[in-house]
Amino acid sequence: MDPPFRAKRVLPGFTLSLGTTLLYLTLIVLIPVAALILKGAEIGPERFWRIVSSPRAVAAFRITLTAAAIATVFNAIYGLLMAWVLLRYEFRGKRILDALMDVPFALPTAVAGLSLTALFSANGWFGAVLHPAGIPVVYTIWGIALAMAFTSVPFVVRTVQPVLEDMDPALEQAAVTLGARPWAIFTRVVFPTILPAWLAGCTIAFARSLGEFGAIVFIAGNLPFQTEIAALLAFIRLEEFDYNGAAAIALVLLGFALVLLLVSNLLQYWAARYREDSR
Amino acid sequence: MSMTALDHHPALSRPHARRGDRILIGLAVGLTLLFIVAPMAFIFARAFSQGWQVYAANILHPVTLHAMWLTTITAIIVVPINVAFGIAAAWAVAKHRFPGRGILVTIIEIPFSISPIIAGVCYLFLYGRQGLLGPWLQANDMQVIFALPGIVLVTMFVTAPFVAREVLPLMQAQGSEQEQAAVTLGASGWQVFRRVTLPNIKWALLYGAVLCTARAVGEFGGVAVVSGNIRGQTNTLPLHVELLFNDLNAVGAFAAASTLTLIAIIALVLKAVLEGRKAG
Repeated sequence: MDPPFRAKRVLPGFTLSLGTTLLYLTLIVLIPVAALILKGAEIGPERFWRIVSSPRAVAAFRITLTAAAIATVFNAIYGLLMAWVLLRYEFRGKRILDALMDVPFALPTAVAGLSLTALFSANGWFGAVLHPAGIPVVYTIWGIALAMAFTSVPFVVRTVQPVLEDMDPALEQAAVTLGARPWAIFTRVVFPTILPAWLAGCTIAFARSLGEFGAIVFIAGNLPFQTEIAALLAFIRLEEFDYNGAAAIALVLLGFALVLLLVSNLLQYWAARYREDSR
Repeated sequence: MSMTALDHHPALSRPHARRGDRILIGLAVGLTLLFIVAPMAFIFARAFSQGWQVYAANILHPVTLHAMWLTTITAIIVVPINVAFGIAAAWAVAKHRFPGRGILVTIIEIPFSISPIIAGVCYLFLYGRQGLLGPWLQANDMQVIFALPGIVLVTMFVTAPFVAREVLPLMQAQGSEQEQAAVTLGASGWQVFRRVTLPNIKWALLYGAVLCTARAVGEFGGVAVVSGNIRGQTNTLPLHVELLFNDLNAVGAFAAASTLTLIAIIALVLKAVLEGRKAG
């Protein structure tokens, strides 16, 4: 090879682009996050623990985690179904259905929250049916889970889709010729292949659900100990000028988010390795 | 083995599973209608429930117009900056090898997994009166929190990864042979970018910009923390929706929400068009 090609960096603009990227991330992401962590460090471990273990905070964390778990279970199934149907079948309106999967990304969360609240309240389209049946959704944990599920479903669909698309059809064909039934093919051949990506998608969906705010404040009713989520409690503490309280609760949520981001990245890394191996 | 008799194997054309397939498709369409389409349709149904005139009056209310203006200004500032950042980040990560690339990609993704509320709290503890820079800002008579700069900064945080995430994988997949050829032919860095790279990524770039715009326009939690939500001053359109809802002006809230929904629908249509271009 010619010496110029051996040069470490052939393309120009490395310093400029990396410099810009690092500067922007430092100013916009890292310094503000560091400001929160510094504020948290000021509180001191004892007071920090008192704040986050207070009954109201514990209740808020419990409600947030429970609702996010419900939402993630729903999205794990619904998201997988959508990814599967959108890739494996041809039918009229498929492209529209695919585009609709991005609605929760594009629709402002406050708009989603407003609409879901009205839709499920006693005089809404769904509430009119559910209320007489004794299933109140609005102002319950189910409403919180519903809002969380709505805002996070694309994460599952869009993570599973590309993996499903990349799957070698020969694997399934081999299973068919060996006489496997459709369900067996799905559970033994397809599902193991998409498992890492599916788990990664569910992890991001769960992380988003834990932090969701805009959609939930409308539908939750926001009663302490019953339907008050952690993000809202942090917001309320700010409005009460209790900055230590807000910082402590925000730090716990930040910790959850960073751990889940790490888990999802490891899962995606595993998924990429897995795909290369199965080729 | 692809074009063998296997492809015409009766089991592979799946006539035996047709009923199961139809159930799955039906289930997918039905759930999506209930879960995704109904909430969107309901917004317009409620917004127009008292007729066009009430709708127009709600939309043209001065405070609503001000909220729209504030949201537009925010998006106009935020989106170009995040487009520039997305290009720079993708160029650095996709076209070069350096230690710490993986960590950099994870840092770019941080705003995705952090709650917007947390983002708002972070900015408050940096620029707020009790924040790190608060005393200095106050001494110099500059206001970030409860003003436009704060709204813009938080929106930048929340939407930072959108363009990078679309452009980065594409640049990575395309490699850098074309750019290297251009460099050896004597093109300058700027020429390489404009003539070689940009035409290759332009649809993904636009697509990222569309998503970024949609999110910037709709940002709620982060802005709720830093804006102070002062009516007619620092309340953006999504915050104004909540304000009207709390005022028990449901029709007004839905009218304001309908404009945001329209922006979301336009973004989705653009996205579908751009995806077609990207693939073709």
